[in-house]
Amino acid sequence: MMRFLLLFSRQGKLRLQKWFTPMSDREKKKIIRDMTTMVLARQPRSCNFLHWKDLKIIYKRYASLYFCLAVENQENELLALEVIHRYVELLDKYFGNVCELDIIFNFEKAYFILDEFLMGGEIQETSKQIVNRSIEASDMLQEDDSSEWYEVELFG
Amino acid sequence: MSPSVPLQEMIRAIRSARTQCEERGVIQRECAAIRAQFRQADNGGRSHNLAKLLYVHMLGYPAHFGQMECVRMIASPRYSEKRVGYLGAMMLLDEKQDASLLITNSIKNDLSHSNQYVQSLALCTLACMGSAEMCRDLAPEIDRLLRASNSYIKKKAALCAVHIVRKVQDLGELFAPTARSLLAEKNHGVLHGAVVLITELCGQNTETLEKFRKTVPDLVQIMKGLVISGYSPEHDVAGISDPFLQVRILRLLRILGRNNEAASDAMNDLLAQVATNTDSTKTVGNAVLYETVLTVLDIKSESGLRVLAVNILGRFLLNNDRNIRYIAMTSLQKIVGTDHNAVQRHRGTIVDCLKDQDASVKRRALELSLALVSATNIRSMMKELLLFLSSCPPELKAEAASGIFNAAERYAPSQRWHIDTILHVLTTAGGDVRDETVPNLIQLITNTSELHCYTVHKLYRALLKDISQQSLVQVACWCIGEYGDLLVKGECQETEPVQVSEDDILDALETVLQSHMSSPTTRGFALTATMKLSTRITDNVDRIRSVVSIYGSCIDVELQQRAVEYNALFKKYDHMRAAVLERMPVIEKNSPGHTNGVSTGEPVKELKPVQVKQGEPQHAANQVCDLLDLLGGSEEPQQPQLAACSVVPAPPISTSTAGGDLLDLLGGLEPTPLPLLTPAPTMTVYEKDGVTLTLSCEKQSDSGLMVTLTASNSTDSNISGFTLQAAVPKSVQLHMKAPSGDSLPPSDTAKVTQMVVLNNPNKVNLKMRIRICYTIRGSTVQDTIQIDSFPTH
Repeated sequence: MMRFLLLFSRQGKLRLQKWFTPMSDREKKKIIRDMTTMVLARQPRSCNFLHWKDLKIIYKRYASLYFCLAVENQENELLALEVIHRYVELLDKYFGNVCELDIIFNFEKAYFILDEFLMGGEIQETSKQIVNRSIEASDMLQEDDSSEWYEVELFG
Repeated sequence: MSPSVPLQEMIRAIRSARTQCEERGVIQRECAAIRAQFRQADNGGRSHNLAKLLYVHMLGYPAHFGQMECVRMIASPRYSEKRVGYLGAMMLLDEKQDASLLITNSIKNDLSHSNQYVQSLALCTLACMGSAEMCRDLAPEIDRLLRASNSYIKKKAALCAVHIVRKVQDLGELFAPTARSLLAEKNHGVLHGAVVLITELCGQNTETLEKFRKTVPDLVQIMKGLVISGYSPEHDVAGISDPFLQVRILRLLRILGRNNEAASDAMNDLLAQVATNTDSTKTVGNAVLYETVLTVLDIKSESGLRVLAVNILGRFLLNNDRNIRYIAMTSLQKIVGTDHNAVQRHRGTIVDCLKDQDASVKRRALELSLALVSATNIRSMMKELLLFLSSCPPELKAEAASGIFNAAERYAPSQRWHIDTILHVLTTAGGDVRDETVPNLIQLITNTSELHCYTVHKLYRALLKDISQQSLVQVACWCIGEYGDLLVKGECQETEPVQVSEDDILDALETVLQSHMSSPTTRGFALTATMKLSTRITDNVDRIRSVVSIYGSCIDVELQQRAVEYNALFKKYDHMRAAVLERMPVIEKNSPGHTNGVSTGEPVKELKPVQVKQGEPQHAANQVCDLLDLLGGSEEPQQPQLAACSVVPAPPISTSTAGGDLLDLLGGLEPTPLPLLTPAPTMTVYEKDGVTLTLSCEKQSDSGLMVTLTASNSTDSNISGFTLQAAVPKSVQLHMKAPSGDSLPPSDTAKVTQMVVLNNPNKVNLKMRIRICYTIRGSTVQDTIQIDSFPTH
């Protein structure tokens, strides 16, 4: 299973964190520090796999963001790279040519998309179209909700 | 989708802060506003406020005051609020917080909500942070959803079940039947979830695994469908149909086929098909091939398939993509034990990878290269490995050095080669070698008597060049001390002769002694070497004498003690000096640490960390060598078998009353001089500074003797780190049991007992030399006693 997914910029600023096992705040902070230091220190054309404690770390840089995924030892590293790539594709489809700013200003949407793709440390849905459709439907539901409220307000 | 304007404004404000201090100010203001808003009753901007708080939390600021707001929002009827509430719960709450229990009810309600997106929120949150109690509570509900709902919910329920089973293993039985039936679904999401669930269930319980073996044909069928089906737009990734599902099924097949002939047979064809048909131009294809190879190598596959798998790995090794090469080496590492010859074929490529730029690839190549060293390729491999050692990254140096030593020890084609190799390693990576390298090398050198001259010349030259590598310097000092006469003679067949005068040698040793780069251990070596030279060289004995007496007032206790002892050797015991300092006999090679009768059977190298823990500064090897040194004085050429007691392998035993009964028998401990032959079964063998050691014997058999040593402390300070080491004459076998403890509380409150079993089959005159070490009031005390006769019946 996957243990955690981190997104951070080239300056080490955290943009998204998803933890698939319970951990204390202090542990989380330490892991974030370790990961950013380790990954940012890597040479540009090195191997995308690292070893850290008893986990495998798979990282990939997309534009100005580093995607860092930690998996257990029996997982397939090449597939983990595909998982990261799939998530980037989903973000790209949703935001249209996604960039770091999109993720900064709409971080909650990034989480919603992630929660339709991965769950409990495993892949939830393998089809891009189904994930996109679910997100669109949830968004519409959210809109209906707001307009409902707006209506209520009108009437006092 | 309307973005949250207040949230975005806040983000903009935070980002425009120019300093950390300014940012903290903005955030404090925002948090205060959010807190105020939380306290107000129902208002429209609740979800925006919580979202703001979550952003602040991600920046690293405390946000625990939002936990209750999450709970309230989850209970709200509005979807937008629920959505952010659940997100907040996943970010701020975990099973350790009390507030997490409060959402159990909301989750339960939402699981049966009419809207599937609300159900999905509840399922997602449960799978993310559900505690064991929550899981137990909601498991029946999950099972119901697994059986009767649409595929959107089913796939989420499956992963939720996986989480539940991980948290509460007993609930596995609840989900097993449903999991089996899910394999008949067509929806890939549900199939994937089902495969993950079955994998988890099989992993936890072997009985379940047996039952699920029956699903192998179904899984094979599904895989076949994926592999040979045409293009499916919904699941296609670079020509592979749903690689995620394929990899998952392959993994499950691996678990089911392991150690089972029938299951492995059933999947043979399929695996061959996947291995040959999968397109390997993109990473995706390689991911599937990789998983296939792992499965083939792990189950009981037929040999043709195995060869196919190893060939795929060979192809991976030649791939341009670094990741693929890394993967290939990781997999080859797993099979290098079983399919050694197949992996040997790729040795050339693997050795080339040692020169790769990437540190991860280098590490893998190193491990694999070390595993591939054999008697036939040792010379060429060692060349490559030594080259690697000189340029490898620092974190790999220790591993490389110890690997090289192991390989050299096992496959050395000649002694000279072996010594050369070790010297090479010491010069390039001397700082990173393990500590037992020094005694091992010394033993090796001693045993190669024909190369003494060559070795000492080489080491002398190395010493002149560089005295910073401690291990090298220690070995060099020792050799110069032992074979200094060969150095002065100057003639040597193996290397070019070089004129070395006695002064040169003494200069070199003195440089080591005085250099601030030398560790205390190294200086000890140098001092002993200088002393030994007093019998090997003829002219400069006075110089040696003066050096030794200078160190008689050295601050370092160990050096001072040695210097004082050596001084005594010059003054009072000059007649013994030659005998004491004569050439070292060939050390019997018993085990890597040449110990005999260690209580837990561990070699001396384990002793070092033990000693350090107890605050002993001496090098374990030095103690071994010192005992050897000191035993030279008697007429019998004693070839001592050394035993050292290791204390820590047993957990710290407080002074137990294990020897309590024996203590009673021993009665009072009057100070008596070493008795020659007393009828009494016990005798006091040592009494000094309040520490008393008594000995009692019991005949076990014709040649066997059980000796019990009891120590007590009559001072008023605590003694810690109390250890005993014993040496006996050559033909006697010695076995020391674990002592009862290593600390002696003051005023004879408790004692430490140590049992020693001796076997004297040749009935030689039994003697024992015991060295006592302990720490009192922060300083270490060491003493040696000799027992010339044992009280026997």
